[in-house]
Amino acid sequence: MKNTFIGSPVERREDLRFLRGRGQYVDDLAPEGLLYAVILRSSVAHGRIVSVDTKAALKIPGVHAVITANDMPGGPPIIPMRLQPLPEFKPFEQPVIASTKVRYVGEPLAVVLAKSVAIGEDALEAIEVEIESLPAVADWHVAAKNKNILFESQGTNRSLVFEARKGDADVIFASAPYVRREKMRTGRHYGLTLEPRGVMAEWDAARGRLTVSGAAKVPFFNRRILAKQINLPEDSIDMVENDVGGGYGARGEFYPEDFLIPFAARHVNRPVKWIEDRRENLMAMNHARETEAELEVACASDGTLLAIRGEIHTDMGAYMRTNGAVGARNVAQFLSGPYRVPHIKIDSSLWMTNKTPVGTYRGPGRFESSFYIERMLDMIAGDLGIDRVELRRRNLVTAAEQPYSIATIQPTNATDQYDSGDYRATLDRVLKEINWPEVSKLQGKLIGEKYHGLGVACFVEGGAAGPKETARLELNDDGTVSVFLGTSSVGQGVETVFAQIAADALEWPMERIRHVHHGSTSYVSDGYGAYHSRSTVMGGSAVLEATNHFQAAIREAGAKRLKCEAAAVKIDPDNVSGPDGQSFPLKELAGLTAEGAFLNKKHTYSYGAHAVHVTVDPKIGRIEIIDYVLVQDVGRAVNPLTLRGQMIGSLVQGLGGAVLEHLQYDEDGQFLTASLADYLLPTASDFPNLRCVILEDYPSPINPLSVKGAGEGGIVAAGGAIANAVANALQSFGVEPRQLPLTPTYIWELVQAGRQKQAAE
Amino acid sequence: MKLPQFEYACPTTLHDAVALLAARAGDAKALAGGQSLMPMMAFRIAQPALLVDLRKLPGLREIKVSGDGVRLGAMVRWRDIEDDARLASAHPLLKAAIAHVAHYQIRNRGTVGGSLAHADPAAELPGIALTCEAEIAVMGKGGARTIKATDFFLGALTTALEADEIITELRLPPWPQERAKSRRWGFQEFARRRGDFAMAGVAAFYDLDNSNKAMNTHIGVIGIGDRPHRLPAVEAMLNGRAIDDASIERVAAATSAAVEPQDDIHASAAYRRALVGTLVERALTSAAA
Repeated sequence: MKNTFIGSPVERREDLRFLRGRGQYVDDLAPEGLLYAVILRSSVAHGRIVSVDTKAALKIPGVHAVITANDMPGGPPIIPMRLQPLPEFKPFEQPVIASTKVRYVGEPLAVVLAKSVAIGEDALEAIEVEIESLPAVADWHVAAKNKNILFESQGTNRSLVFEARKGDADVIFASAPYVRREKMRTGRHYGLTLEPRGVMAEWDAARGRLTVSGAAKVPFFNRRILAKQINLPEDSIDMVENDVGGGYGARGEFYPEDFLIPFAARHVNRPVKWIEDRRENLMAMNHARETEAELEVACASDGTLLAIRGEIHTDMGAYMRTNGAVGARNVAQFLSGPYRVPHIKIDSSLWMTNKTPVGTYRGPGRFESSFYIERMLDMIAGDLGIDRVELRRRNLVTAAEQPYSIATIQPTNATDQYDSGDYRATLDRVLKEINWPEVSKLQGKLIGEKYHGLGVACFVEGGAAGPKETARLELNDDGTVSVFLGTSSVGQGVETVFAQIAADALEWPMERIRHVHHGSTSYVSDGYGAYHSRSTVMGGSAVLEATNHFQAAIREAGAKRLKCEAAAVKIDPDNVSGPDGQSFPLKELAGLTAEGAFLNKKHTYSYGAHAVHVTVDPKIGRIEIIDYVLVQDVGRAVNPLTLRGQMIGSLVQGLGGAVLEHLQYDEDGQFLTASLADYLLPTASDFPNLRCVILEDYPSPINPLSVKGAGEGGIVAAGGAIANAVANALQSFGVEPRQLPLTPTYIWELVQAGRQKQAAE
Repeated sequence: MKLPQFEYACPTTLHDAVALLAARAGDAKALAGGQSLMPMMAFRIAQPALLVDLRKLPGLREIKVSGDGVRLGAMVRWRDIEDDARLASAHPLLKAAIAHVAHYQIRNRGTVGGSLAHADPAAELPGIALTCEAEIAVMGKGGARTIKATDFFLGALTTALEADEIITELRLPPWPQERAKSRRWGFQEFARRRGDFAMAGVAAFYDLDNSNKAMNTHIGVIGIGDRPHRLPAVEAMLNGRAIDDASIERVAAATSAAVEPQDDIHASAAYRRALVGTLVERALTSAAA
C-alpha cells in the first residue's frame, strides 16, 4: 500500500471535538479547591511605587490572599530572554511583578486570590496604591531625547542597535545615479488570540510536584525558566498544553503571570487559575510592529537596485521580553525582501518606552520591512518611468542565484540564506490570476464616487527555526499508534498534518494513527515549540525520523520472535511476517516505542506575491477590496486545506494591520485602545474577496519532507500591497501613503494635501 | 471584566418597576436589552446597586402604525423594526437608519428604550428621534409625561430622564403617506467597520412644494459633539429652494462649517468636519434621486 495523504486536503481531525463542544481549554479546568487569581495592574505609565496597601482588600469576604513583591524573598525574579539573549539586554528584562518602579500601564502590582473572579475584581478596587508619577516616555522620539530614562542606571533608553550589513553601501551612494529617500512608519499591533491567555497551577506538596496547565508554544523552554525561578528541579514540573485558541507568536511566551500563578499556587497550597480578560489581553500580551524608518535606496537608471541604507527605530515598550528583539532584527535583516540588493547598511535601534512591551507577532519585522521596500519600489518606478511590475521582475532574486545570502546582523553575527525558488514565477502567476492586463486599464480611474487602483508586492517567508525537534511513536494495545511531539499546537491543525505524515511513512490507513499528542513536557524528552513557521517542517521531519526508528524497532522485535534477519521482516498494518511466511499480529508488540529527532541549522524560505484591486472613496477615505490574490510557493503542501486556512487567515490579519488595527497611547502613556470597540479587528464582512494559489515548484532542499514554513505569507506583504493599490488609485492627487494603518482620516488628509498642492500649482 | 455585585428585580407591572427605581434614589438602573449597560458594568464604569429588569412589563413591545405616526414601545428590539414590513412606507427613514445598528446578535437584543436612555452621541435612534421631532413617553412616580426629543438629550450619555422614570414609548410624528412622492429623505453614515458606531451620520428629509422647492427641511447629525443635533442654519438654506447639485454643494460646505467635531482615536476633527459635509451631500443627493 502506498499512501498519498501528504498533498491531500484531509479534513482537520481536531474539528470533530471542537464542533461538538468537546475542546478543552485551560478555562475549562476547575479542580476541587480552586482559587481564582485577578491581577492588579498599574494605571500609571511611569512612576515610583510608594506603597501597595492590601489590608482593606484582605477583609473582603471570599478573598483568600493578596500577593505582592514583598511576598517574594530576594525580590521578584526576572524573566530571561529566549531569543537573542544578549548581555546588553539583561538590564532591560522584566521582573515578574513591579516592586520599585512601574514602567507601563498594565504592569502587575499585586495578585488577588479569591473564590470567584468577581470577588477578586471587587478586591482590586480596595487595594490602595500610591505611585509617584514620573514623566512618561510615550514614543521613541521622546525616548531618544534620553531626558526621562526608564532604566536610570543605563543612562539611555536605547537597549541596542542591530546593524544589518552587506557590501559597502556608503561607497555606492557616493556615486549612485539615482537615490530616493523616504520616511515611513507602521502602526502598533498585537497577535490577538480569540482565546486569551490562561494559566492554572496545582501544587502537590507531598510529592513536591507542580503542574501548570495552559502552556502553549514553547513549554519546554518555559519549564526551564520556571524551574529556576521557583527553585524546583525541571522534572518536578509538568507543563500541560490544553487546546489553544490561537498563538500568532504572542501566546505561550513566558510572561509575568507564568511565574505569578504557579508561585501563588505553592504559596497558598491550593490550585490557582488565572484567565486573562480581553482588557488585560490588550494591555498585557506582547505588542508588536511599531517602527519608523528613514531609508535611502540607490538605483541604476534602469531601475537595478544598488544599495539600501538608513535607520529604523522600534518602539519596544517598557521591557525586553523573551522574544522582544526579533522584530527589530528582522526589520533590518529582511528589508531587502525577495530582491537582489548587493549593498546594505541599516541601523535598527531598540527604544524603551512606557508602553506594553513588544514581542513577536506573525511575520515579525517582515510585515514592516515589506511595507517599506514595496512602497519605495513603487515610488522609484514612478520616478524612473519604469513599469512597477517590470522593476520588481528585474530585481527579484533568480533561481540561478539560489541559495542567496542576505545581510549579516551584528552584534549577533547572524547570517542567513534563502534556500530555493524562482521568485519571478510567483509574480507572473499572481498577475495572471488577477487578470492584470485587463484590470490594469482601471488604474486611477474614477467610477461613481470611487477611484480604482492596483497593488502588487513580493515576499519571502522564513521558517523552520532549529535546532531540533523530537517525536515519539508508541504502539497501542489495539494495534493503532500514538504520536507524541515536542512541538505545540496553537490551533493550526498540526494533529492532522502529523497524522498524514505518519500514515504515509508507515503506509498505514489514517485511522491507525489514533492520537497525536503535543506540547506537554511529559511526552518526549525535549521540545522546541511552535513559532517561526516551524511546526510542519521541524515536527513533521521529526515524525518522519521517528517512523523510521519505529519500523526498525518492530523489525528488530520481529526478527527475535521470527528468528530471522531484521532486514527480512515485513510489516503491514496488521501483521509482522518473516521470509518463510511465519507471522504474528502487530498488536502483540503493544507498548513498543521509538523516538526520532530532526536537527536543522538552516531556514526554509517559501515565497510568493500579492496582487490586489481596490477602490478608494477619496472624500471619506474608505478602501474596499474588489479582488485580492495571494500566490505562495511552499515547496510541498502537506495539507492544502489547512494551508489555505493559514494563507487566508494570515492575509486577513495583514489587512487588519494595514487598514484597521492600531494600539494607541496618549502622551502620558495612557492606553487608549483597551477594548475591541477601539482596537478594530477585521470581522467577516470586512475583507470578503480574498483568493489564494498554492505552488509546489521548488521543494526545500534542507529537510526530508521538502516542505517550507508557510503560516505568514499572507501577512507579510499585505501592508505594502494595499498601500501601493491606494497610491495607484489616488495617483491623480499624487498620493503616496507613508504610514500604516491606512485610516480614513489618513487617506483623506493625503487627498486634501494633494488637492491643495494642485490648487497652488 | 466581571459584573460588580448588585440586586436584581424583575417586576411585572410598570408601577412596581417605577417604585423600585424610586426607592433607590438614583442607585438603581432599568435593564432592557442590556447591550450598553452590561459592558459598562463589566468595565465597572456603572455600578448600580439594583437592576430592575423590564422584560416582564406588559405592553412595551408593540409597534403601532396609525395616522398619528409610528409608536415604538420601549422594549421593541432592532430586529422587530427590521422585520416590520409596514415601516417601509410608514417610516422609511427610521428603517434605513436602524439597518446600520450594530450586528445580528445585538440587533436581536438591543431595544428602543435602552438606546434612548443610554444616549450615545453616535447612536442612530436618538438621531432619528431628534431629527423627526419625536416625543418620548416616560412613566415615573409622579405619573406619565412626554418629553420632546429636543429636550431629552442633554449631553453624552445624559438625558432628561429622572432617576425614577422609565421610557415607555417613542412617538414619531406621522410620515406623510399622501405626499409620499413629495417627501424626500436620505440617511448616510460611515463607520470603519460595518456595525460600529459611526464616525458621523446624517439623517435628512424635506417635502417638495408645488413648484418643486424644498420645505420643512430637517437635517440631523450623529457622532459629532456630545449629542445628536439638528443644523437649523443649514436647513434654512434649503427651504424655499430647488434641490440641485449646486444647492447641495453649498449646503455640504455650510454643514462642515456649522459643526464642532472633536478628535478621537478613530478620526480627527478636521476629517469629521469634512465627512459630515460629504454625508449631507450624499444624503441629499440620494433624497433627490
